[in-house]
Amino acid sequence: MKARDLTELALRNLREALLRNSLTTLGVAVGVASLVGMVSLGVGLQELASQRLMRSGLFDAVFVTSPRGFGGPGGGPARASQIKDAKILDEDARQQLAKIPNVIEVYPQIRFAAQVKFGNNSTNTSVLGLPASSRSSGALEGMKGQFFSSAEAKEALLQADFAKELAAPASPDSLIGKELTLRYAERISAPSGDSAAMLGALMGGLAGGISVAPREQTFRIVGIIESDPSAGIGGFGGGRVFVPLATAEGLHTAQPSDLQALMSNEPSKPTYLALTVRARSPKDVAAIEADIKKMGYLAFSLLDAAKGLRTVFTVFDLLLGLFGSLALTVASLGIINTLVMAILERRREIGVLKALGATDADVKRLFFAEAAAMGLAGGLFGLAGGWLIGRALTLGTTIYLKSQDLPSIKISSIPWWLALGAILFAVLVSLAAGLYPASRAAKLNPVEALRYE
Amino acid sequence: MVNTSPFLSAEGVSREFRLGESVVRAVDGVSLSVEAGEFIALLGSSGSGKSTLLNLLAGLDLPTSGAIRVAGKDLAALSSPELARYRRETAAMVFQSFNLLPRMTLEENVELPLRLAEVDRGERGKRVSESLERVGLAARRQHRPSELSGGEQQRGAIARALVNRPSILFADEPTGNLDSKNGENILQLLVDIQKSLGMTIVMVTHERPLAERFANRFVFLSDGKLAGGGAAQ
Repeated sequence: MKARDLTELALRNLREALLRNSLTTLGVAVGVASLVGMVSLGVGLQELASQRLMRSGLFDAVFVTSPRGFGGPGGGPARASQIKDAKILDEDARQQLAKIPNVIEVYPQIRFAAQVKFGNNSTNTSVLGLPASSRSSGALEGMKGQFFSSAEAKEALLQADFAKELAAPASPDSLIGKELTLRYAERISAPSGDSAAMLGALMGGLAGGISVAPREQTFRIVGIIESDPSAGIGGFGGGRVFVPLATAEGLHTAQPSDLQALMSNEPSKPTYLALTVRARSPKDVAAIEADIKKMGYLAFSLLDAAKGLRTVFTVFDLLLGLFGSLALTVASLGIINTLVMAILERRREIGVLKALGATDADVKRLFFAEAAAMGLAGGLFGLAGGWLIGRALTLGTTIYLKSQDLPSIKISSIPWWLALGAILFAVLVSLAAGLYPASRAAKLNPVEALRYE
Repeated sequence: MVNTSPFLSAEGVSREFRLGESVVRAVDGVSLSVEAGEFIALLGSSGSGKSTLLNLLAGLDLPTSGAIRVAGKDLAALSSPELARYRRETAAMVFQSFNLLPRMTLEENVELPLRLAEVDRGERGKRVSESLERVGLAARRQHRPSELSGGEQQRGAIARALVNRPSILFADEPTGNLDSKNGENILQLLVDIQKSLGMTIVMVTHERPLAERFANRFVFLSDGKLAGGGAAQ
């Protein structure tokens, strides 16, 4: 029998037992809807999470620490053998790292405690040096005012909450364009000498090897940002005042790494606790990380964490899909039941078809076509239902987020592969459900089938 | 091509059924031959094995032993798809209970064998009309079987049997569910078809007077065995 005739006959048979076949199809639709709804939720949440994380601008960065250091982010306890041939993160290392292909910037973490004076207000807070590449990281979304005019400008960005505190009772926006004064400790290098003596001197009162002097510097407030662009990196973040990195370096503030430098053979040469290497794009990160490790440093990137996150979401998807599949399994039992009942009811019809010259394959295909048609219809309706479930979830979330003064998000997403996969899956499950009934119908003896009343 | 062998022949055909421990021999060593264009009636009381024999000849069932040859082909040697093809193209069947599919209109019922035989759509309409006109039901083509009388249903079934132009028609008690007047009309229709199309017809019936009036020849079956026969009229 030709495919068109087969389809016509199958649809006609389905139309005849309309109620029962509709209910069976509805069962498939409910199964597919729950499957699509659940998986779309998983996909949506995954998209949401990775989108938010990508926006943070941390996925194109590799954090480098020396195994000799105090153990920077991701460093962990270093083994003795590593320590032996490990290199110190100094200026040479910084130059070397910058030469790795696809590296656009290498910068240290410059962070220092300072007293902020603004008008009559005076508070202590931490100041962070912000590299030029932060501007393009997307982390500054929602910034009021502007980014630094140049890499060495005496300009500052304020964290929103801090700005609110500083400006109170006036609006924080009024701070933009005004000046504030930072009071900080400057490190003054001493000529090289016996390091043990210097350490003693340091402990004794910061004299000898390193001396520290208070300094004051005026900065113009150019902008206010919602979140810390470097938040989330181990040991980083928490800054409330941001100045250009080069400016911060030029201040020669006392850094924790000074202690490390003090214990090395050349205390006068500045070393870094950690360096951040920014890659051209997140896809270059893995290669850069490998190169850095080859150079003998510890490297860590958030891409490692993102990979773990993806695993979590994949398992999450799988579990959600599993629950959805359960519903579909129940639905496929419905298909089996409907088709087996149809065989009992249509024994005589099968006998007549065979007497008229239908082959076993014709009968089998007819039942398969009916199962597939129910699967396809169920899949389509189910997809629509799943989409509605996703919309309802998004709508509910949006209403809730609005009540919490948060921007709305899309928590459910149906990519094309899910839509296509759901329909295909519904048809395949239906065909599998039709397997037994169809082969039973095909094997029916025509003489016995015709005798059946 | 000159073919001296009969159009249909059965040689020592037996069909056994297993009922638990015992074996029932429904057809027991029947040998029979039918010439092309002949109208033969198989007579016998119920349980005599005449319907079982008809099913064997029509290719709905296979004999336990013996050979059945139709148009030079041994049915027992055919594969299942080949046997289906035999039922589709060479043989056609009419039943006591008409067996029109209740969900389809008369027209669609008649079209069914053409669908199975994958006849072109353009050709189908023509053949369906032709077939329905032959049995005088052209005006009722849109009706469902339940809207037709018994006689009309049987004529519809005959139209369905003829639509794919078979060379032999098997009829199993075609008048069994009809009153005598309608029964006579059906038999008259079969004779007309036999004469105008040169159709070979094998009919099972238990009504000897009708068989004698319309068939060319009749054979008796009793307990699965041939028990004589004769020429009619």
